[in-house]
Amino acid sequence: MTIHEQPHACPQQLTLKDFKSSVEPIWCSGCGDFGVLQALQRALAELGRPPHEVVVVSGIGCSSRLPAYTTAYGFHGVHGRALPVATGLKLARPDLEVITVGGDGDGYSIGGNHFLHAARRNVDLTYIVMDNRVYGMTKGQPSPTTEADWDSDAAPGGTGVKPFSPLAIALAAGANFVARGFALDVKPLAAMIVEAVRHPGFSFLEILSPCITFRPEEMEWKKSVERGAIQPTSDRAQATATVLSDTEMATGIFFKGDRGSYRPAPTGHGDPEKIAAQFRIGGTAHMPAEEGGCCGD
Amino acid sequence: MSETRKSVAIVIAGSGGTGAITAGSALIAAAARDGHYGLMTKLSGAQVRGGEAAALLEIGVDPLEAQPDRFDCLIALDWQDVHRFAPEIPLDGDSLIVCDPKNGAVPEAIARSGARVVELPLAQIAASVEGGRLNMVGFGIAAELVGLAPEAVDSAIRAMIGGKGERAVTASLAASDAGRAAFAVTGLHMEIEPGEKRERWMCSGNEAVGLGALRGGITFVAAYPITPATEITEWLAVQMQEHGGRVVLAEDEIAAINMCCGSSFGGAPTMTITSGPGLALKVETIGLAIAAEIPMVIVDVMRVGPSTGIPTKSDQGDLDIALHGTPGDAPRVVLAPISIADCPATTERAVHIAEALQTPVMLLSDQSIGQTQAIIDIPTERPVPLKRLTTPFATGAGFRRYQLTDDGVSPMPAPGVPDCQWVADGLSHAESGHPSNSAANHVAQLEKRLRKLDRFDFGDTWGEVYGPADASLALLAFGSSVGPCKVAAARLTAAGTPTKVVALRLLAPVQRAKLAAALAGVKRTIVVEQNHSAQLWRHLRGEKALPHGCESFARSGPAPFRAAEIVAHILREVAA
Repeated sequence: MTIHEQPHACPQQLTLKDFKSSVEPIWCSGCGDFGVLQALQRALAELGRPPHEVVVVSGIGCSSRLPAYTTAYGFHGVHGRALPVATGLKLARPDLEVITVGGDGDGYSIGGNHFLHAARRNVDLTYIVMDNRVYGMTKGQPSPTTEADWDSDAAPGGTGVKPFSPLAIALAAGANFVARGFALDVKPLAAMIVEAVRHPGFSFLEILSPCITFRPEEMEWKKSVERGAIQPTSDRAQATATVLSDTEMATGIFFKGDRGSYRPAPTGHGDPEKIAAQFRIGGTAHMPAEEGGCCGD
Repeated sequence: MSETRKSVAIVIAGSGGTGAITAGSALIAAAARDGHYGLMTKLSGAQVRGGEAAALLEIGVDPLEAQPDRFDCLIALDWQDVHRFAPEIPLDGDSLIVCDPKNGAVPEAIARSGARVVELPLAQIAASVEGGRLNMVGFGIAAELVGLAPEAVDSAIRAMIGGKGERAVTASLAASDAGRAAFAVTGLHMEIEPGEKRERWMCSGNEAVGLGALRGGITFVAAYPITPATEITEWLAVQMQEHGGRVVLAEDEIAAINMCCGSSFGGAPTMTITSGPGLALKVETIGLAIAAEIPMVIVDVMRVGPSTGIPTKSDQGDLDIALHGTPGDAPRVVLAPISIADCPATTERAVHIAEALQTPVMLLSDQSIGQTQAIIDIPTERPVPLKRLTTPFATGAGFRRYQLTDDGVSPMPAPGVPDCQWVADGLSHAESGHPSNSAANHVAQLEKRLRKLDRFDFGDTWGEVYGPADASLALLAFGSSVGPCKVAAARLTAAGTPTKVVALRLLAPVQRAKLAAALAGVKRTIVVEQNHSAQLWRHLRGEKALPHGCESFARSGPAPFRAAEIVAHILREVAA
């Protein structure tokens, strides 16, 4: 029996500590990602799957260092490609709980194409983006969610380019669960993560996670976040209208859909030698009626 | 023209929609049923649909692995743009051109070959049969030319067209018979010796790679469409529907290989399939898979590059990127099937090596191997299966994913195994897997990954030697260059220069001792390869694996190597 076939362990009493690793985060003190890490650890404890049945997948960036800070299995890959890794893993191992994490540059810029297609494909994954509206690891360049007039060395006076709305894009591309949270509201964020993980299909969580090193003004988010203003809907158009008209500071679950997930893999256990028999031709043996793929124009 | 021949090379050509390729497929299928070997290459114009198309076939009593030097007969269903193929279908004064005078004069590019023109009213013959199609008339002419048994023709047509109903079969057979009858009158036969009627395989290299993947135990495939590799993905998608496993059509090449990282991390033997431009997109993740020790097979069906190049034509110019493509020091395994018949075993072996060494294995096929249809003896050799080491040496605090071992291989438990949680990371890491900037850890892990390759016993995988043991001349080649080298070597040997072919299957890590043994006693060695910059020659020189004075004969695609060209090169170099 392979591990793929092992039955799930029954949910057990777990605590945040069970998901806390000994590796020290590289994050700056005051980074919003600490809150997200704690909320995720709380959520995983509540979900009750033991750490060895959970995989945290990430790309590159400050927030993408997160997998090493949990006790779960992890995959810290290349920049922007966390979602394909998570997709391949979940499709090969539907028995595992797969959580994908990363930042706005990783997920919306270099990995933007995968964001679209993960939402479209609707594989049962949870995608947590810690959006600080800046490239932190490379020390302060504007990302796809940075305000057009934000001044930086890389774009003096601002990029002049309108930021995009990740939630609207997720909704348009077909995500089955769309929410916005705030990193420092750890308890409600943990509850939101639990709900996202439990919801089937592709669940997307945009988390406002301040970078006080390169965007000290984001310390104000504590005050400017609009809490509890959003009611979930299963109407994609209505959710999209709400997302497009809000201040991008409202937290809550915008959308919970019921789209069917990516279809399961064929489960046959065929004998390759039967397949090889398709190539047989000539001799005195029985002639196959069809030569699959051999004779097309 | 009454004596029989060992082989006959035929082209059936016409504008798109006339069914020239179908006629060629019928011909190779009928030849197989009549006990012959065969090789068929398809040519088509640049258009996606329509345009000119041609089936290039050789049928013979001995195995065939190379394009013929010349064609015996061109059957032109029409002339529309067939002249564009002139450079690819060499004809001469001994060749025949069968065509319909109603289609006008033979185009100058083809007529200048001096081939004998045989005019037959092809369209009229087709029209004389109810539901008769021109391409089946062409097929009948070819069958008559080489003297295929009517039962073989009947059986091939039934197998191909039977699905369309009895009326279609009857019409096709009648059209074929009408073509036969019309050509028989000319008395211009090129009869092939009777073949030995036994069961063989008919497949393309791409299909054969697919079979090798299944035999190797691949259960997850992620790929993005790209010529000339897509057929492997499509073939596997169909097979896996019934036989289990998953093919994911990824949003791009980068997603495909990263999906493979995920599935393989989850424990599934995994493959991605691409061609040069796609491989270029994958190189960053190849580095990740090497660093994080994630097994997978990466198939590259090479085409003419750089950039988009000539997507439908063969070349061997991706060797450099396969060997070195990725930042940093990332040693890897590169395998290349040496023929269509070698594809299943080499692909199966690639899966085993990837799993055993926990590393990406590059499988370098090429368009010529991938998209050529061949009748071959059923390959019997199968590699001994090898598995991934998944059982941890210790659990809990004692578990170290990247533990330094003598053979460089450390346990890779998949998620789900308790007390072994580890993080796959492209960052330099310690034995634990935790990121580390320490020079000692970095070097230790670099050496571990190199040691895996150095200590592994690749056995007979390195290559094959064909020809006389006492050869004074050796042609060293890989992939689709091996076939024409074998034909050239046989000719040189027959002409008094004993010549062997050393066919390399394992391009990296280079097996110096085995190569040296194969070349012992040889006075002259020539590396023959289909790329512009002699990539194999440079690679082997860099590895100090070639004897002093070893020569290079390298030229790029799209033109296929022909034995005559190789022989001429060798004789010219000797004379010079």
